[in-house]
Amino acid sequence: MAKPPTFDHFRDVQEELGRSGAAIFRDANGVESLIIDSPYSIHYIHSYAEDSAFFLGLAEGKLLGSKCTNASCGFVYATPRGHCMICGQPTEWKELPRKGRVHSWTTCHFGSEAFLKETPYNLAMIEFDGAGSLLLVRLKDAVQSDLYVGMPVEARFAPNPKYSITDVWFVPAK
Amino acid sequence: MVSGGVTKFAKAHQAMDFRLMVKKAYDQAMSEVPNLTKDQITGSRVSYFSDHFSRQLKAASMVQDYLGLNPKGSVRIEWGGATGGECFQAAYEAVASGRMDVCLAAGYETMSRVATWKGNEFIALASDTNFDFPLGGFYTGYYALMVVRHMYEYLRLTKFAHVKDEREAQRLAIAEGQRIMSWVSVKNHINATHNPYAQYPKRLTVQEVLDSEMISYPLTREQICTMSDGAATAILCTESVAKELTDKPIRVTGVGTGTDTMRLADRPFGSVPLYPHEKPKDYEHLPYPGVHSFRAGRSAGLEACRMAGISNPLKELDFIELHDAYASSEIQTYEDLGLCKYGEGYDFTLSGAPFLKNIDYGLDVPRAGQMPVNPSGGLIACGHPVGATGLMQAVFAFWQLQGTIKQHFGDPTLQLRNARRGAIHSHAGTGSAVTVSILERGF
Repeated sequence: MAKPPTFDHFRDVQEELGRSGAAIFRDANGVESLIIDSPYSIHYIHSYAEDSAFFLGLAEGKLLGSKCTNASCGFVYATPRGHCMICGQPTEWKELPRKGRVHSWTTCHFGSEAFLKETPYNLAMIEFDGAGSLLLVRLKDAVQSDLYVGMPVEARFAPNPKYSITDVWFVPAK
Repeated sequence: MVSGGVTKFAKAHQAMDFRLMVKKAYDQAMSEVPNLTKDQITGSRVSYFSDHFSRQLKAASMVQDYLGLNPKGSVRIEWGGATGGECFQAAYEAVASGRMDVCLAAGYETMSRVATWKGNEFIALASDTNFDFPLGGFYTGYYALMVVRHMYEYLRLTKFAHVKDEREAQRLAIAEGQRIMSWVSVKNHINATHNPYAQYPKRLTVQEVLDSEMISYPLTREQICTMSDGAATAILCTESVAKELTDKPIRVTGVGTGTDTMRLADRPFGSVPLYPHEKPKDYEHLPYPGVHSFRAGRSAGLEACRMAGISNPLKELDFIELHDAYASSEIQTYEDLGLCKYGEGYDFTLSGAPFLKNIDYGLDVPRAGQMPVNPSGGLIACGHPVGATGLMQAVFAFWQLQGTIKQHFGDPTLQLRNARRGAIHSHAGTGSAVTVSILERGF
């Protein structure tokens, strides 16, 4: 049986892995390492559990934050959480306004492998009247030079929900 | 701490797996304390960040196994980007509690086993997978969100307060912030040209940093650390054992940790925990930490300084090796650690205080040498094999305090004169966890 082909450039190794699944890499010191392709994929059974109502709400065009049920606290979370991080009491769902302001922003010119094909995309943290925390979203219909802290924005919802945080995004307010 | 070892960090060590990398760092540490035998090691703490990178679960057991340390006690430490810093403190705790006489801290990461952008995806899985990751999970993006707000709070509302047009004022603030972040990148890359362990030593100019590829606005490629393969080890022991092993032991006099919410969006708008030299009125109208500062870093710094009896870190520390995964977070960390007040990080950079006095950076740095930060080159230039990084800082700080930089680097340039007390600082995703440890000459 023949040995896998040997390469001095790692890029060539990667190409060979795509072809035959095995290659030998000879590094700058002349040391040879056998390298194989090792694929991995999995379907998780991911439960949104206590966050479920938020994602079901997006499908109905509603943005649900949560409010602490402790009357002396009453903190409102723009990104919902089941229990209040300040006083520990349970929260209840509270619909957020559809309009908010940009608290901070960025334009990603690169991203994780899963999102590389979507670049460039904007991320923005949104502040809402009546809420004490923020919501991280995609900001669309605007390019890097349009964006600024304080920019008024409003929510848009996916007509065909995927039950993901990407079912909501924001655009510059009209 | 009586010894340490570190492999050269590299984009890929295809000829070494994690066990062999740790073995090399371990052998280096052991070779420098010849009176220490393996029998005397009570146990170990082993750190790596992600099981995804090697797809080998319980890999820390295989490190223990390869080093021949079975059946001694060991446990794996993981705490995101602060993994190495936590491992160091776990070893400290094992000794300080009386449980162990000699504890090995060993850490590594082999990030080259997946493509760079897949690696970014694994790192981004250390953000909330319900609310954050699906948006385009990308840590550089998260730090960009933080620094845009930092520049708004501390440049737009101060230096550019006079500019009436809001958008123009913000553009000017970001441009100024980018320029100042580039100073940090220049400093760390040039420092690293004197450190043979560094992955990316190079002489850069501010303009070259600004002109490098835009990754996530306003952060450019040269302002961001890279993926690395590497390992580092530290040997900690009781004082009485230390005296038998070396005439240059380094004492750990303070440890501190802090945490913050996993989601940036949940960070509160409260008040600033103060160092003794700060006053409540310094921060009267500052919503803290918001998304612009690392509350965990301040918490860790305060705890470590209190334990070490330090009231003003700028005056009482001789240097800091801090977690500059991004040039932005180095500036933010100056403020968290009380080297300057919140809002003064940009001016602190421009003053030259974090630069070394004896190096020509091509920049005007009048206060150079006041508080050298990342004399080794930091993460930006040395690399960031996550589970090893915090231990790499410990090793570089240890050599600095021992006065053995020339011996270890083959170049005396980075040796600070009379370095008696230094801090190391390790930091996890958007500041969700931070450790600070204070090291002092024990001789």
